[in-house]
Amino acid sequence: MQLDLRTVTIKPLRQTFSHVARRIGADKAASRYQEGTFDLQATMNFHYRPLWAPDYEIFDASRTAIVMADWYKLLDPRQYYYGSYTLARARMQEAAEADFALVEDRGLADSLPHAVRRLAMDLYLPLRHLEWGGNTNCMSLAAYGFGTAFTSPALFHAMDHLGMAQYLTRLGLVLGDEAELTAAKQAWVAGPEWQGLRKYIEDCFVMQDWFELFTAHCVVLDGLLFPLFFGEIDTHLAAQGGGAVLSMLTRFEAEWFIDATKWTNAVIKNAAGESAANKAQIESWIGTYLPLAQAALEGPARSAFGAEAPAVIEQLTEQFSARLAKLGVSTAQKG
Amino acid sequence: MDMPTTKKKLGIKERYALMTRGLDWETSYQPMDKVFPYAQFEGIKIHDWDKWEDPFRLTMDAYWKYQAEKERKLYAILDAFNQNNGHLGVTDARYVNTLKLFLNGISPLEYMAHRGFAHVGRQFPGVGPRVACQMQSLDELRHAQTQIHSMSNYNKYYNGLHSPTEMIQKVWYMSVPRSFFDDAYTAGPFEFMVAIGFSFEYVLTNLLFVPFVSGAAYNGDMGAMTFGFSAQSDEARHMTLGLECIRFMLEQDPDNIPIVQKWIDKWTWRGIRVLTLVAMMMDYMLPKKVMSWKEAWEIYFEENAGALFNDLARYGIKMPECAKQAFIDKDHISHQAWATFYQYSGISNFHSWLPSEEDKDWLSAKYPDTFDKYYRPRFEHWEAEAKEGRRFYNTTLPQLCQVCQIPMIFTEPDDPTQICYRESDFGGEKYHFCSDHCKHIFDDEPEKYVQAWMPAQQIYQGNCFPEGADPTAPDFNAVEEVLKYYNIHNGRDNMDYVGSEDEKNFAEWRQTSTKN
Ligand SMILES: [Fe+2]
Ligand SMILES: [Fe+2]
Repeated sequence: MQLDLRTVTIKPLRQTFSHVARRIGADKAASRYQEGTFDLQATMNFHYRPLWAPDYEIFDASRTAIVMADWYKLLDPRQYYYGSYTLARARMQEAAEADFALVEDRGLADSLPHAVRRLAMDLYLPLRHLEWGGNTNCMSLAAYGFGTAFTSPALFHAMDHLGMAQYLTRLGLVLGDEAELTAAKQAWVAGPEWQGLRKYIEDCFVMQDWFELFTAHCVVLDGLLFPLFFGEIDTHLAAQGGGAVLSMLTRFEAEWFIDATKWTNAVIKNAAGESAANKAQIESWIGTYLPLAQAALEGPARSAFGAEAPAVIEQLTEQFSARLAKLGVSTAQKG
Repeated sequence: MDMPTTKKKLGIKERYALMTRGLDWETSYQPMDKVFPYAQFEGIKIHDWDKWEDPFRLTMDAYWKYQAEKERKLYAILDAFNQNNGHLGVTDARYVNTLKLFLNGISPLEYMAHRGFAHVGRQFPGVGPRVACQMQSLDELRHAQTQIHSMSNYNKYYNGLHSPTEMIQKVWYMSVPRSFFDDAYTAGPFEFMVAIGFSFEYVLTNLLFVPFVSGAAYNGDMGAMTFGFSAQSDEARHMTLGLECIRFMLEQDPDNIPIVQKWIDKWTWRGIRVLTLVAMMMDYMLPKKVMSWKEAWEIYFEENAGALFNDLARYGIKMPECAKQAFIDKDHISHQAWATFYQYSGISNFHSWLPSEEDKDWLSAKYPDTFDKYYRPRFEHWEAEAKEGRRFYNTTLPQLCQVCQIPMIFTEPDDPTQICYRESDFGGEKYHFCSDHCKHIFDDEPEKYVQAWMPAQQIYQGNCFPEGADPTAPDFNAVEEVLKYYNIHNGRDNMDYVGSEDEKNFAEWRQTSTKN
């Protein structure tokens, strides 16, 4: 039956779902982010315990030392649900694609000075493994974290890291060839300058507390690593005669970090703001991982900056500390 | 060394390998079995993860691009549908009850699939399956969210849709779909893949999605139809993943065959029991019917899955034993289920109703061996009672099967007049089952199934009353308190369709929107 419906205004019985209304008020229309996020994860009446983790419920808030009265305080300021997330990334990939196409079509890689091209490959190609490690760690957050407000963006983060590992692979294939990727993997596995980072990331793989893992990887490590590689090193390579070519090939990574920081900042700010105990716990984790991350980054930083490397890292650490101070978290060493 | 100026062009397969498995390395600062702690305990032997054949080759940039394009289209259609009060174009407001079943019973499972695939997407030591599972995790989040968004507008105008995330965790019959997924999630990663990736996504998915999506299409629901169609290309990927996973396990080691067979047997039955709800939806709830459950079963299981198992025979995999009982049950389960929901409509979040004369004739034609003989008389008896003002509501809690958690409503395979009861003793307690197959599943893992959160027992134990309720108070009304705990709005979400707010509103709104 084909009905010809006139456009009439009928009064809705309710504005949104009960659980959403409980949070935002019954008289308000909810956003797609809110309806696609609030309370999606089950919290009660679980049927069985995981055979592989019988100490825990299927979803279990006690998997971290962080305590929240309401895990849906950890909202994503970007308001990503699947649709808005894929649209945002599709826009970024379109820009990145255009840049890759330009570099490839014009053969811009061949215009790079030999030493710059060499250095870029030495620095960026082993990172594809680190990004794959980032994917692994963020998958743990998505799987074992608590509350959809956190776990959905954690999954987006994981997929972003995979995407970046793939962009770095493409960068390798634009600047070099398969053999360069093999050599870079060798450097990642055995090159002395990369072992600090590899150890850092492998230690993260076995971390049990997911918020600790989030702090160690997404906040501390990425918080220094992205500004180092896609800020300082990018500027350095450009100044050495690389021009904009390498910035074009790492555009996605640079843009991603700005976007990602909105989320990581909000999580830290809201979790630390919840209680003095949370704040102390987060500060203690940062106290542990910040020096480790600084040390881990020194190897690659030295390849770029030589003796200046410690000063560059020190400066990035200051910026990092200032960023965290704004979130109400101190990075000053305690003790 | 000079840079190469002419490069070897990489094939798609080689290039994809560099984008995925080329990224991985053998850890040495932490042992691999600590990094992947759950890869061994199920007894599945994998000798070479590199033998995994990628079922599809999708890099993240392509994923974002294609999926964003789909989202753009989907939300544009949804917005238009909502703007034009598209819900008033459905055949009849009875139809909305199928959405209540879906949003409450299925969408939360999509979410669980998302988390389950995140878990296995973290835990498989092989990069190929890991990446494919991660993409499925992301797709399943998409399904959960697009379903919520598609039905969000229905929730504004109809009852029973307002609390899906709460009801799946509380309402009695919801423990059927929920325990199914909790069961899969809590199993090891390989069993999860057989349970969800293969048995559910490959063997049974057409019996779930085709009925709902074509039901939506037949009944004028563009909203639900659109998310269904939009999910199809995701589902195609999921099916190839499930099949590759089975093939891979079977080819890696002959010792895997009996384990995989056991899981296929178990999960086919678990899935079939959950599909009872779909059977009932198709035969009784769609105002305009697509096909009978029996017909769907014959096409999608007997023919399609039959061909699949013929194919798997070369690995030594056989059609699950339970298919024989399902072959008999196809004539019965939809009627038995609807008769149950008719009686328990007082404590359910959707409406029930008696089949009309036209419906009954359709059922007689579709089920010539069973409907008139066993089920028509029951519905006609209730019809006579209702005419006398005695619409029958059952308030005695039914006994549930310890495994599938469906009330004991199914009959003996060889005698449709006898309810089938099975039992097992474990730890000094008796446990009850609806069938040999559920009993068999229990007997294989009793420690797991004794943990089940059984809704009827939970009510008797006083665990399903709202906070502050006092069962010793003289005016304590247990049913009302349970409804409050469920967040079922008594008199609005529940009871018969006839006389419901949904019925009244729909008639009124439709009239204002169609008169000139
Ligand atoms: Fe799905
Ligand atoms: Fe059962």
